[in-house]
Amino acid sequence: MKRNVNIWARLDKISILIFVLMLIMGWFNIYAAVFNEEHSRILDMSQRYGKQFAWIIAALIIAVFVVVIDTRFYFFFAYFIYGTLMFLLVLVLFLGRDINGARSWFELGPFTFQPSEFAKFGTALALAAYLNQKKLDLKKPSVFFTSSAIIIFPALLIALQPDMGSTVVFMAFFIVLFREGMSPYIAITGVLMIILFFLRFLINNQYLILSLIGIAFLLAWLITRKTREILLGILIFGLVTALMYFLRNFLFRDLEDERLLLVALLLSGMVYAYYFYSRKAQSYILIYVFLAGSVIYINSVDFAFDRVLKPHQKERVEIMMGMKSDPRGTGYNVNQSIISIGSGGFLGKGYLKGTQTKFKFVPAQSTDFIFCTIGEEWGFAGAFVVIGLYTFLLLRLVYLAERQRSFFSRVYGYGVVSVLFIHFFINTGMTIGIVPVIGIPLPFFSYGGSSLIGFTILLFIFLRLDASRTEYLF
Amino acid sequence: MKDTFINRKYIVMGLIIVVSLILLIRLFIIQVAKDTYRLSADNNVLRHVVQYPARGLIYDRNNRLIVFNQAAYDLMVVPAQTSVIDTVLFCELLNISRDIFRERMDAARSYSRRAPSVFLRQISAETYARLQEKLFLFPGFYVEARTLRKYSKPIAAHLLGYVSEVDESILRKDPYYRPGDYIGKLGIEEAYEKELRGKRGVKIYLVDVFSRIKGSYAEGRLDTMAVQGEDVISTIDMELQEYGERLMRNKAGSIVALEPSTGEVLALVSSPAYDPELLIGRVRSENFAKLNADTVGLPLFNRALQASYPPGSTLKPINGLIGLQEGVIVPSTKFGCNRGYLFVGCHSHSSPLDLIHGISNSCNAYFCQTYRRILENSKYGSISEAYDKWKGYLNEFGFGKKLGIELSNELPGLVPSTSYFNRYYGKDRWRALTVISMAIGQGEVGTTPLQMANMTAAIANRGFYYVPHIVKSVGQGKTIDQKFLSKHIISIDSANFEEIILGMEEAVNGGAGATARIAALRNITVCGKTGTAQNPHGKDHSVFVAFAPKDDPKIAISVYVENAGFGATYAAPVASLLIEKYLTGKITNSAMEQRILELNLTGR
Repeated sequence: MKRNVNIWARLDKISILIFVLMLIMGWFNIYAAVFNEEHSRILDMSQRYGKQFAWIIAALIIAVFVVVIDTRFYFFFAYFIYGTLMFLLVLVLFLGRDINGARSWFELGPFTFQPSEFAKFGTALALAAYLNQKKLDLKKPSVFFTSSAIIIFPALLIALQPDMGSTVVFMAFFIVLFREGMSPYIAITGVLMIILFFLRFLINNQYLILSLIGIAFLLAWLITRKTREILLGILIFGLVTALMYFLRNFLFRDLEDERLLLVALLLSGMVYAYYFYSRKAQSYILIYVFLAGSVIYINSVDFAFDRVLKPHQKERVEIMMGMKSDPRGTGYNVNQSIISIGSGGFLGKGYLKGTQTKFKFVPAQSTDFIFCTIGEEWGFAGAFVVIGLYTFLLLRLVYLAERQRSFFSRVYGYGVVSVLFIHFFINTGMTIGIVPVIGIPLPFFSYGGSSLIGFTILLFIFLRLDASRTEYLF
Repeated sequence: MKDTFINRKYIVMGLIIVVSLILLIRLFIIQVAKDTYRLSADNNVLRHVVQYPARGLIYDRNNRLIVFNQAAYDLMVVPAQTSVIDTVLFCELLNISRDIFRERMDAARSYSRRAPSVFLRQISAETYARLQEKLFLFPGFYVEARTLRKYSKPIAAHLLGYVSEVDESILRKDPYYRPGDYIGKLGIEEAYEKELRGKRGVKIYLVDVFSRIKGSYAEGRLDTMAVQGEDVISTIDMELQEYGERLMRNKAGSIVALEPSTGEVLALVSSPAYDPELLIGRVRSENFAKLNADTVGLPLFNRALQASYPPGSTLKPINGLIGLQEGVIVPSTKFGCNRGYLFVGCHSHSSPLDLIHGISNSCNAYFCQTYRRILENSKYGSISEAYDKWKGYLNEFGFGKKLGIELSNELPGLVPSTSYFNRYYGKDRWRALTVISMAIGQGEVGTTPLQMANMTAAIANRGFYYVPHIVKSVGQGKTIDQKFLSKHIISIDSANFEEIILGMEEAVNGGAGATARIAALRNITVCGKTGTAQNPHGKDHSVFVAFAPKDDPKIAISVYVENAGFGATYAAPVASLLIEKYLTGKITNSAMEQRILELNLTGR
C-alpha cells in the first residue's frame, strides 16, 4: 500500500540543517587546521581542505541518491548490503594497503576506501531487518545471540585489521538492543564491566574486591533485612579467607591477594549454595552471581589488559586514568590537545589565529583531533555550539526514531543514534582527556572521504526512511 | 504497535544529555576556569631568544685596541621539542662523539625539558656555517649568537682578567645574571663588569612544533635591543706592558710602573704570565685547570698585588724621610759604619756617610741609627708612641692597607702595630733594637710591588700620590671613580723629599759606592733604590724602585725579580730598560737588554 508523498518535502529539515551546518563548520576548521599562507585558495586540490571540499560535494550528491532510492530497496537488500560489506571487510584483510601496520584501506587508483566506515550503516540495516520480525523477544537467548552476532561479526573483522577504534564503535549497537528490550541485566553487566575496567586502574585490586564484597553484603541486607543471615555469611567468608591466608604460608606462596580472595569467595559460595538451594533465595543468588562475576572479571582484566591490548593502547588507558604521565611520548597528543583547547579561553583565539593549530602542535589535527581547532580558535563558545549541535541532532534523531511506525525504521534510527553518539563522545572526550585516545573521526567534521560519505549514507537512509514512514508498513 | 520498552528511550536520551553535560563541564574547566593551558600554549610557540650584547672593548692609554670580540655561537636545545634525528650526521657536523651527544642531551633533559639549555658552547663560525644549512633537520636545536673575547696581543692577562660563565653562587647573589650569562672575572673585566657587559635584549619569536621560527611575535613590538657594553680606555701602555713581559720571561717576579702625576698604572707585570687567549671559549676550563695545577710558577697568581715581600733596602728612603721630618737627623748627619751596626751587618763602603750617601751606598748602619733615633725620640713618651708615629707615616705612603686599585685581589701587606710587638715580646718589653731590622726593610714589614711603586711615585711627586688605577675613562666621557682623582698628601715636607731624591739620584748616577749604577741612563736622570728582599725559602729576591726623570717624573717603577739576589743585579737593569723604553721609545744598551732577555731563572 503505497501512498504518494513528496519525499523531498517530508525530509526532516532540522536534521538536514544541522548536517549542513556541521559540514560547513567542519570544512572551515579543516581549512584552519592545515592552513598555510602558500596555499590559501579554497579549491587547492593539493591541500586537505580542497579535497574535503570535493568530498563534501560528493557526499551531497550521494545523499540525493540515497533519498531518491525507494525505501523498499533498503529493506529488502539489508542483508545483501550487510553481506557485501562483510565480504569487503574480509577482503580488506588480504588486499588492503598496510598503513601504520593496519589493513583498513583499499586502494583504487588515487582513491582510498575504508570499508569499516560503510559497515556501520550495513550493520544498522541488518540489525533493523532482523529485529523487524514481529514478536521477537530480545530476552530470548537465541534472539539476543543472533542480534549480538550481527554486531560482533563486523567488529571482529575490524579488530583483525586491527582497528580498535572502529571495533569499539560497533559496541554502541548494544544501545539499540537495549532500546529494543534486551535484558537489563546484560546492560547492567556491560556498564559494570566498563566501570570495573577503569576502577581497576584507580584502586588497588584487592581493595576493589573487598569493597565489592562489602557492597554485595550491604545490598543483600538492604533487600532482605535478615541481619543474622548476612552476619553468618560474612562470618563464613571471613573464616574461609583467614584459612586461605593461613594455608598460603605453607601451600601456595605465589598466590596473589586478588587470586586468594577469588578462591575464598568461590569456596564460601559452595557453603552458601546449600542455603541458596534450601531457601530458594533468588536475590541472594543474583547478588552472589554478580559479585563472583565481578571478581572473576577483575582477576581476568589484568590478563586481558596485558595480552589483548597493544602496549600503546595500554599506555593510552593508563595516561587517561592519570596513572602515567608521559607528555612527550604517548601522552603527547592528549597533552597538546588539551593545551590547544584549554588555551582557547571563552571566545577563542580567533579564526586562523590558533597558535597550537597553526604551528602543528597537535598531530592528526584535521582528522581525529579536529575538535582542537574548534576549541582553540572558537573557544568555549565554539565548543559549546558544536556540542550543542550534536546533542540536538542526537535527541532529534531519537525523536525521529521513536515516531517510526515500523520496527525496521526505528531500529535503524537507533543504530544511527548509537554510532553518531559513540563517535561524538569518544572523539571529543579524548581531545579533552576524559576518554583514552581512540582514533575515530568526529562525524561530519573530520577530514576524510570514506568517513564523511559513510556517515552521510548512514544518516540519509534514516532520513529517507523517516520521510516515507507513512508509505509502507513493513 | 505495542511497545513495552518505550520508556527506555528516556534512558538513551538521558545518556546523551549526561555525556554532553560532562563534556561541557570539562570544557568549561579547561577553557574558562583555568588559564594554565594558555600559558602552556604560549610556552609552546613563543621562544624568547636572548640578544646578548657585545662586551665593551678595552683600549690602552694610547687608544690601541687590547681586547675586542669575536663571534661565537652557542647551540641551544629544547629537549621537549627534539625528535628522532640523524645523530651520526649531527655529531659529524659538530665534530663531537656520540657519547658526548648522549651526555649533553641527558644533561639538558635533566635541567629542563621545556626550557632551552646550552647543548654545545661556543662553536666556531665555520662549524656554525656548516650546521646552519642543516639545522632544519634537527628540531629543538637552535643557535644563539654570543661574543667571545679576543686579544690583539698575548699580554696583560693578570691586568685584563677573563670572562667566564656565571656560576651558581653569582646566580644566587645577583638577580641580573641568568644561567649561561658571561661575567668578568678578575682584572678590568671584573672591575668594570657593569660597564663592559652592556644590556641584554630579547627577541620573541613564534615557533612551530619543529621549533622552526615562523616570524616575530607581535610584529616585534615587545622585542628589546641589546645594548653594547661601554668601551674602557685603560691606563696601560701596551708597548711598555709587552716589553715588561718580554723582559720578565723565564723569571718569576713582577713589575709595576705608574705615572706619578696621576697614579695611572702604565704597566703591571706578573711573571710567569699566560696568554689570555687560553681562557677563552671551549678550551677555557681545561687550560684553567692546567694553569691552576702549576704550583711552582703560579701563573694565575698576580704577584704585583698578591705577593707580600719584605721591602728590604727599598724602604730606606722612607726611614730617611721620617728621620728628617721628625728632626732626628738632618741631611748632613753622618753615621759611621764598620761593616754594620751591632748585629746588623753591612757591606764594605767608605765611612762615615751623610744621608745622601747613606742612601746611595745603602748603608745599613746609617738607617739603623736613624731608625733608633726615630723610635727613641724624646718627643714621645714611649717607644710605642714613637713607633705608632712611624707606622702612621708608613700608612700615609699606602703601606699596610689596600691602596684601592680596581683589581679585587689586592693584598694589604703588613705594617705591624705596637700591639703585635706587645703580644710577641710582652708589653714594654721591646725597644728600638728589638725591631731594628725594620730600619732596613726586613723583619715583619710586608709590602706588595704595587705599594712599592706607589711609594716611589709619592717620592717622585715630593709628597703626594694618587691611588693607582688601571682605567682612564669609560664609555663616552664618563669619569672614573672620584677616589682615583683625589690627591693623597703625605705629611712630610717636600724639602725633605728633595734630600732623599738626591740620595736616590746618587745611588744611580753617583760615584764610588753607588749601588745602582747599572740603572743609569744617558740624558735621563734616573733616581732609584736597590733592595734585597730576604727569602726564607731560597735565594733572595732582587728589588729595585726608581723614577725618572728626576725633575719632571714621568714614570715610577718597582721591579721584583725572585731568587735573583741583590737588587742591582737584575731588578735595576729591568727597571732601567723599561724607563728608557717608556721615555724614549728605544733601547741604547742592547747588551744589557740581551743579558736580561736571555736570563733564565726558572730553569724551564
